[in-house]
Parts: sequence; structure tokens; C-alpha cells
Amino acid sequence: MNRKTRFLLNVLLVAGLFFLLYLAKHYLNSYMVRIITLGGVYVVLAVSYNLVNGITGQFSLGPNAFMAVGAYTASLLTLSVASKQQMFFIEPLIWPFNSVQIHFFPATLLGGVAGGLTAYLVGIPSFRLRGDYLAIVTLGFGEIVRVIANNVIFLTNGALGLKDIPNYTNIYWAWGWAVFTFFFVRKLTDSSYGRAFKAIREDEIAAEAMGINPFKHKMLSFVISGFFAGVGGALLAHLITTISPVLFSFFITFNLLIIIVLGGLGSSTGAAIAAVLFAVISELLRAIESPMNLGFIHIPGIPGMRMVVFAILLVVFMIFWPRGIMGRKELTWDLFFNRKRGGVS
Amino acid sequence: MSFGEFMQQLVNGISLGSLYALVAIGYTMVYGILRLINFAHGDIMMLGAYFAFFGYAVFVLPWWLSFIIAIVITSLVGVLIDKVAYKPVRKAPRISALMTAIGVSFFLENFGLVVFGGVPRGFHRPEMFGKLITIGGVRFVSYSIYIPLFTAIFLMLLLFLVYKTKIGMAMRAVSKDMETTRLMGIDVDFVISVTFAVGSALAAAGGIMWAIKFPQINPLMGIMPGLKAFIAAVFGGIGDITGAMLGGFILGVIEIMTVAFFPDFAGYRDAIAFSLLIIILLFKPTGLMGEKIEEKV
Amino acid sequence: MSSTDVVLKLDHITMRFGGVVAVSDFEMEIKEGELVGLIGPNGAGKTTIFNMVTGVYTPTEGRIYFYGEDITGRKPYQITAMGIARTFQNIRLFKDLSVMDNVLAASHFRLNSNIFAAAFGFPSYIRQDDEMKEEALRLLDSVGLVEYMNFVAGGLPYGQQRRLEIARALATHPRLLLLDEPAAGMNPHETEELMGFIQGIRKKFNVTILLIEHDMKVVMGICERIRVMDHGIAIAEGEPKDIQNNPRVIEAYLGKEDEEDA
Repeated sequence: MNRKTRFLLNVLLVAGLFFLLYLAKHYLNSYMVRIITLGGVYVVLAVSYNLVNGITGQFSLGPNAFMAVGAYTASLLTLSVASKQQMFFIEPLIWPFNSVQIHFFPATLLGGVAGGLTAYLVGIPSFRLRGDYLAIVTLGFGEIVRVIANNVIFLTNGALGLKDIPNYTNIYWAWGWAVFTFFFVRKLTDSSYGRAFKAIREDEIAAEAMGINPFKHKMLSFVISGFFAGVGGALLAHLITTISPVLFSFFITFNLLIIIVLGGLGSSTGAAIAAVLFAVISELLRAIESPMNLGFIHIPGIPGMRMVVFAILLVVFMIFWPRGIMGRKELTWDLFFNRKRGGVS
Repeated sequence: MSFGEFMQQLVNGISLGSLYALVAIGYTMVYGILRLINFAHGDIMMLGAYFAFFGYAVFVLPWWLSFIIAIVITSLVGVLIDKVAYKPVRKAPRISALMTAIGVSFFLENFGLVVFGGVPRGFHRPEMFGKLITIGGVRFVSYSIYIPLFTAIFLMLLLFLVYKTKIGMAMRAVSKDMETTRLMGIDVDFVISVTFAVGSALAAAGGIMWAIKFPQINPLMGIMPGLKAFIAAVFGGIGDITGAMLGGFILGVIEIMTVAFFPDFAGYRDAIAFSLLIIILLFKPTGLMGEKIEEKV
Repeated sequence: MSSTDVVLKLDHITMRFGGVVAVSDFEMEIKEGELVGLIGPNGAGKTTIFNMVTGVYTPTEGRIYFYGEDITGRKPYQITAMGIARTFQNIRLFKDLSVMDNVLAASHFRLNSNIFAAAFGFPSYIRQDDEMKEEALRLLDSVGLVEYMNFVAGGLPYGQQRRLEIARALATHPRLLLLDEPAAGMNPHETEELMGFIQGIRKKFNVTILLIEHDMKVVMGICERIRVMDHGIAIAEGEPKDIQNNPRVIEAYLGKEDEEDA
């Protein structure tokens, strides 16, 4: 299977996917389309988060920070000058945001860049540490960003947040980015850099002894992940149209954690599958939270039960099924067409 | 700021610090033995407060009895959590255990939301803790004295346990080298259970006293204090009990004092603790009292 | 003249960890093309020497020179780039990666292509990647591991794992190779094979070798020169036959005679 064939197959796959999305958009109700769109956004977030945690083996608990930065940056750029003037009534928004308005795509890109930049700043001190300490420090940075967002009212409007963000994230944007993220991360993982990341995950000391600069590569992985987290945040903001610091709490990191564990730490395919599953199951479970009327039986809703289920799922997974759906394996064209090769990551 | 105000804030800081210290000890004890950050520890603190609440509100027990029973029950819950969730991942890579802890934490918080409801409940502050006292122009509430006092008593009991009893020696042995201790014939699982029991009991006491100081309880009340207590434990040197105590007090005082001197930054209150954490981890990751753990190459 | 080039010079190096002195005032010179052994009882400080040479530890005192250049205190990945590679006492393979990927990972630092070129598959990257893969195949072939190339490294039999670790080190194009107890855990037959293997790679890859080993058959069999350590200090140096009969060496391994009687 040579490169050209693989490329063609991928093009076909993506074309097929977009055809399905087109069908979905035209034949399914808007509620379902929204779930599918949300699924796409989660794919962007989960696959990029998995790059750091699963592939490079660095336990980061701070993606919420980069999502927040991306979401705010993009939203502050796409909102009209008039809306911003109206919204920022406690303290006016600072320049340049108060006087610009740009198109969704460059705004999203800038959101990503902002996310990547934040990741760079966070990474420099954080990667001096490993394991538990790295986890806690990144968690700390996540919290610090949230606290800052709550307080820099001249930039974020504080606890009031931003509302009436234009609903630009449609199914094509979400899945366009999802496809790009997936293929970018996959190609990266299969490349020499990917091998370096995995080597660091397997044994950092041995990796360094083989000439790999651990700090530089951890930073590369982290900043790229931060970029996509920023993009994901921007997409999310333009889907749910209202953001505030409370949205980007550790809770959202926890959701991403469940997704990548469920999908298999170290597998982009797994992360993507789990992301979509999560979006769907999350919605289905909402059913437990609202009252159900099955004819003569009336079951009252239990708000908050959804998260209880997810929490139990995470614990159960870690105990019985820590490898998740895909383990560290990826779905490759070779697997489908060439039975002789074993599926080694 | 007048001297009176300063003293007031200092007293405030010390009582807050005591609470952090109590919770921090539980973190540090579990980390010392299992190398696990028990994310759920802050939520254990919350359970202590709620069990006490139900003791006097539902079962109409005298407050002192409901406090004691709450501490005992919470202590058992801590042991249960270890047996059910942490023991199965004892041999797994550290990240698995950490994620399990995060899962347990979320479970407790959301289960609390479901069972107790998200609406904050008022916690009854027993009379003796609510008396207004004035000493030399400084006004404070009696709990500001009782909290550090009880904390000190608990800590002395703990230090006695750890340094003067056989089980305490076993605990210290396990934290130094679990395998060898096991080979010496010590029931390591039992020691671990005792550690969780004691740590959870202290957290429960912390939770109850927290509710006395801030008489409103809700299922998410343990998150911030839990994180801050963990930071205090790291600050003092993770694994070291005295360090956790010191770390707790220092953090409490710094938090109150910073907000007192810079009231404009009150909104950044929570970030103070995290910033402190990041700074310690970068300059002295072993904390005030900690030991370096080198990886053998 | 290249045959008298000093590859490695350890100039009075000392390693202190807090109050413990692991290595004290150690010196040594290795010339190009030599196969030198470093032996001594457990805890003598041999692996510590390796760790100092490869940058894992920075010597408390003293300096280390590689082909005349001072490498003291450099980071491990920098030292590898300069031409020193090592294996580990407890094999440190990338267990979950394939045999091929283990070797390829060790070629990564020689890649001259940025991360975007790699992710987007620019021709310059693809060309280098193909070259790396060809070279890795040749390397695996010459160490007899090519039929395992897609096997997961952690699943290989012990002897092959050791061989893979050496192959991986060779993939970094070293001029000096440090082998830490390569024969550990091997039976006599495997040890024989290993001895031939090490001598073979010295010739084929034109590399100077420093070897830590406990197995005296290996040491006496292939080392041209031996340095002996005990309790962090050098106690003897010479050719195998001299070392075998050196009373200080015997004493280090077996203990003093009157101590035995007592």
C-alpha cells in the first residue's frame, strides 16, 4: 500500500463523510444535527488532548485553559462592535477588540494561535515537572486562567461572560476542523516526531539517551494540542453562543479525560470514536435527568444523574478496562486491505 | 490597617489555616503511603459536614454526638472508597490511579448534588462556637479560638499515633518501603485502611469545623478547600505530616493577609493558592520539609 | 594518527550524592577502537561512571573529555548527538513500540525537518524518512533482528531484547558505545553468542566500546584492557591475565582473608 493509494482512500473517506453530513443536515431534525455538530467539536478537543496525554504520555489537566482562551479570542473578534459595546457595560472592552470584527475562519485560527501561545507559556514552567506534579500544576494553571477570566472585566466581561455569539459553527465547520485535526495528529503520530513523542511516553530517560530532547518535544506536543484546544473552544463558543468563565472549569477537562480514556489513551481513532459516542450518550442520558412518562408509570427526573453515571463509568473503566476501546491501536487502511501486517502502533 | 484589624485578620488566617491543615494531613498521609493524590479527599470533607448536618437535623441528636458519629461514618466511607476504587488499581500505572481518584471525586460531588440537592443548607452553629469575644480591642467569634484548639488537639493525637504506637510505626514503614514492610509480615492492606480511616476522620473534622465557620454547606463545598489543602501539603513537603500542618497554616494566613492588604485583588483569592503552588513546585519541588525521590537510572 | 586518538578521558571525576561518595577521583583514558572493560563488585560505582559520561549526572568534581572536547555537564541528548550511545543495566526499551520503531526513534535526532514538514508530508521530510527506514532495516538485518521488525519490543525474548537495545544505540551513529551489563541474565550459550556479537559490531560499525560486566567469561574473553573499581575508586588496570591474578582485585571481590576467618 503506497502513499498515493492511501491518500486517495483518505480523500474518498472524507468525501463520503461530507456526503453523509450533507444528508444529515437535510434530513435530520435540528436537534440531532446539533448533536452531530457537537460531536465534531469534541473530536477536535479529544484528539488533540490525546496527543499530549495518550501519545506523549504527559498528564496535563489544563486543556480548559486553552479552550477558554480560544473561545474568548474568537468570540471577541466575531462579535459586532455594537454588541460588544452593549455587553461590556461594567467596563468597556479594550482595544483592539472593541473596534474590530472579522470573519469566523480567521477568528477561529486566531483562537487557535492564542491557545497555542497560552500553552507555550504554561508549558515552560510546567514541564520541569513530571507525573502527579505536572498534573497538579496544569490543573492549577487551568484554574488561574479561569480566575483571571473572571476578573479582567475589560477583556472578558467577567462573570457575565459573552452572549449572542453568532452561531457560525455548523456541521461542516465542526467536522471540517475535526477531519483536519484527526489527519494532522495521525500523520504527526506516524511520523518521526510521533515516534519521538511515544519514546518519551515509554521511557523518557531512554528517549533522552537516544538523542531526543524531552523538553522540546513535550513542548511541541503541548503547543500543538493547545492550538487545537483553542480552535475547539472557538468552535464551541460559536455553537452554544454564550460563554462565561464557569463553562471552562475543571469539569470540561474531566469530560475530555473520560473521552480519551474511553477511546483508548494513545489512539487518535479511539479518541475520535469516543468523542462522538460521548456527545450522543451525553444527550441520551439527559433523558434520565428529565421526567419520563411511560404511560401509567411516571418516573421523576434526577438532575445531575448524568455526571454520576460518567463518574462511575470512569472509575469502572480504569479498574476493568483501562485500555479503552482501541487501546493504543489505530484504524489504518493496511488493516482493512492487508491481513498479513499485524496492527502495531 | 490598625493593629486591631491586623490581629483580627491574623486570627482569621490561623483558623482558616487550621482547616486547611486538617485536610492537608489526610492528603499527605495517603500520598506518603500510596503515592496517590486522593482527589476525592476534599469531597470527604464535604461528607463529614453533611453527615453531621443529618445527625442533628434528621436524627435530632445533640450536636456533639452528631459530630462524633459523622466523623466515624466518614472515616469508614474513606476506607470503603479505598477498598472499592483504589485497591484494584494499586498495581496500575500512577496515571490510572490518579484518574480513578478524579472519577471518585466527581462521583461524590455529583451524587451529593443528586441526593442532597444543589441548594445550600444552613448549618447550625452550636452556641459555644458563636460567642462574640473582645480581647484588647480585637473582636472575634469564639470559633476562631476553638478551631485552632481542636486542630492542635487532633494533631497531637495524630503525632502520638504515628510516632508512639505500633500501628504508627507500621504506617511510617509502609511509606518508606511498602514491599519490604510486607515481607516483614505486616498486613499492609490493614495499614492502608487505617491511613484512610485516620485521614478521612481528620478531613471530616475539618469539614464540620468549616461548616461552623462558614455555616452553609453544599455538595461542591469541598472542591476549593480540597485543592488548597493539597497545595498546602505540597508546600510543606508531600508525605510529611508536620509539613502539611505548617503548609496549611501558612497558606491560610497568606490567603487572608493578601486579601486584607490588597482588597482590590479579592477576586483573585483562589488564584493565590495556585500561584503559590506553581512557584513552590518550580523552585523547591520537595516543599519545605520534603525529601527528594530520585529515579534510578 | 587515528589509532592513538583518545576517545574518552575521565579527568579526576568525583560524584557525591549528599553525604555519599559514589565515585572518587576516578581517571581513565580510552583510545579509539579499543574494547575496554569496567568491572568491580556491586555498588562499586560503575553505572555511576556511565551516568556521568552520558550526562545523566553532572560530576561533582572533575571533567570529562570526548575526542578532546569537554562534555562535562552537558545534557544526555546533546552527548548522544556528539557520538556517545549507551545501553542500560535493566533493559530500557520502548516496550510498547515495535522493534522497527525502537530503532527509528533513535534516528530521530538526526532528522533535518521541522514538525510541519513531517505532519504535512513535504517531500524533503518523506525522503529523509524513507532513508531512515532503509538504514534501520539494514541495521536490523546486520544484528539479525529483521524478521522481528514488526514485533512489539516488550514481547521479544530476553536475549533479543538485549540485542535490540544495542542495535538501537547503534542507530545513533555513535563513535563510543557504552554497554551496561549486556550479558546479565544470559545462559552460557547466549553469552557466547553475545561475545561474538559485540566483537562483530565493533568491527562492522567501527566503534570504540566500554563495557561494564560481571560475567568474567565475557570480560576476560573479549576485553583488551580492564579497569577495576571498588567503592568508587579505581584499584587496578591492565590486561585480562594481569587482572585475574591481581591480589587487590581478588580481595575486592572476595573480601580480605582475615575478614573471612573472623
